[in-house]
Amino acid sequence: MRNYETVFILTPVLSDDQMKDAVGKFKKILTDNGAEIINDESWGLKKLAYPINHKKTGFYQLFEYKAEPTLVDVLETEIRRDEKVMRFLTTVLDKHAVAYNEKRKGGAFNKKKEGKEEAKA
Amino acid sequence: MTLVNEPMNRTDNAKKYCRFKKNGIKYIDYKDANFLLKFVNEQGKILPRRLTGTSAKYQRRVTQAIKRARLIAILPYVTDSLK
Repeated sequence: MRNYETVFILTPVLSDDQMKDAVGKFKKILTDNGAEIINDESWGLKKLAYPINHKKTGFYQLFEYKAEPTLVDVLETEIRRDEKVMRFLTTVLDKHAVAYNEKRKGGAFNKKKEGKEEAKA
Repeated sequence: MTLVNEPMNRTDNAKKYCRFKKNGIKYIDYKDANFLLKFVNEQGKILPRRLTGTSAKYQRRVTQAIKRARLIAILPYVTDSLK
């Protein structure tokens, strides 16, 4: 089991329900295959730094989870099949990253947290 | 004009240091755009180590984080007015 973090961007044309469905679908793939979800963050509709597929905004969703390496392929295949996802990124977390995310989740980063919230707003 | 080298102003010439080593930062978060902005110029290009003073080890991680941030559209690949 390793720790992974996946961020994906859903297209902004979706309704709130469609977005939640899509997020729920990927979450189900993770939990059904024996992954342990550590953190689940929705950053909401954010402006993109550059247009992707002629869209200037997107719904960001982050999952942090502990899973077997084979599951990442399963998840990424599903993400690639889904046209609602514009972009995704999966990263392996080392021990420093896990410690950092633990603190981030707890809101220990006052200075950085503010920046995050500004970005969210 | 003297032939002796004149002493340089120490404040202008303060030695650069690696902020990650000094502050004990172990992990550079690619999701934190505000922090990564310190390591790019107005065009969104990654600044060299000779300007930021970052150690080689952390420069590699900064680079990795910036490239990841670009992929998920948190930072631009190219731009004219980032700051």
